[in-house]
Amino acid sequence: MSPTSVSMPGLWHGFSAVIRRDILLAWKRPGDVLNPLFFFAMVSTIFPLAVGPSTEQLQFSGPGVVWVAALLATLLSLNSLFLSDFEDGSLDQLVLSPQPLPLLVLGKALAHWLISGLPLVIMSPLIAITFQMPADTINIMMVTLAFGTISLSMLGSIGAALTVGLHRGTALLGLLILPLSMPILIFGARTVSLSAAEDGVAAGIYFLAAYCMLALSLAPFATAAALRISNE
Amino acid sequence: MSAKSLCLLRGDRCLFRDLDFALQDGEMLVIEGPNGSGKTSLLRGIAGLLEFECGAMRWNGRALHDDYPSFRADLAWLSHRVGFKGDLTIVENLAFESGLRATDDSRMGNALARLGLARLTDLPFRSLSAGQQRRVALARMLLSRAKLWMMDEPFTNLDKAGQSLVADLIAEHLAAGGAAVVASHQYLDIDGKTRRVLLQ
Repeated sequence: MSPTSVSMPGLWHGFSAVIRRDILLAWKRPGDVLNPLFFFAMVSTIFPLAVGPSTEQLQFSGPGVVWVAALLATLLSLNSLFLSDFEDGSLDQLVLSPQPLPLLVLGKALAHWLISGLPLVIMSPLIAITFQMPADTINIMMVTLAFGTISLSMLGSIGAALTVGLHRGTALLGLLILPLSMPILIFGARTVSLSAAEDGVAAGIYFLAAYCMLALSLAPFATAAALRISNE
Repeated sequence: MSAKSLCLLRGDRCLFRDLDFALQDGEMLVIEGPNGSGKTSLLRGIAGLLEFECGAMRWNGRALHDDYPSFRADLAWLSHRVGFKGDLTIVENLAFESGLRATDDSRMGNALARLGLARLTDLPFRSLSAGQQRRVALARMLLSRAKLWMMDEPFTNLDKAGQSLVADLIAEHLAAGGAAVVASHQYLDIDGKTRRVLLQ
């Protein structure tokens, strides 16, 4: 046995190292970050042009369109969550690190949210204006999108982990994740609609927050297990 | 470390069966065999990345699966996919390692100088040659305080000087009481006690 006592980096150290590395990588390759964001902006801004300029119609369809665009933009970016790590061997290093894998995976999913979900939430008011949403509704929409995109990043990490070994797993990833993400879409879009109609929104936001907490606490374990299988 | 009656199937082909070996501190296990004989699979199985069909691995006298985290704490892993990010510099890549496992970053300068990388530290990893990329992977082994080195074809892409450097590094690691498992298709002759497994 080696005489030197080995001091392990703490859990927080490993967790933050993963987040810092992924954000640094995104910083060096901004294209990967901007693609889904452009997609989100394009879909949501083209829609009013197609539907027509009637305020009533735009306000009616706005929440749904923004939410569908956000969901699809997130799905688009999820595919690459573990792909480059798998291809360059970083995944082996993560799996073989003494840090608990669910923690590292949580770091990766949260980094994904910071890179793709948070900019989307920040940009959404601009889109909302094209749908002539009132200011209160825009606030509610940002809150629901924040909870929703965190949940989507967490759920998506499970799908991304399951499909990482398959080539062109995007379609399969969508198939796996869409059923789980339907509650987020339904409650998210509906809550924004209710807010536009000046109806109660608390229940919807509570549900989204609860779903988000559930995803945050359970998804990392499922993702870690899926990664170990995919990485065989 | 010891292994008892390991066997592994890939598809419907049996790569090996009833494989036994043991490894003490300061010893090296060399896995030899032609291409496609299952060297990498055996290595990945020992590291716990693959499940063996039967058999059991023990580490420090305990079953590997009972105490997998402490096994991983003792492990440094080198394979043909080196696990570094092309967009990050050598130093950024190696700094990330210190979040994952116990490393000795005070030796960073020495290690990089020894591997001939000292002047390349600010270049993106992508712009290095294949041999230089392997040298960065060796730097990770040097900085880690892992007791067990597992290396898959450590000589790939390296020049003569690099190959003898790898041999020296392994010999030093063994002399310091470490252990190594090395898969290689070429014959390996390194100071220190060597055990061999030949796969057909």
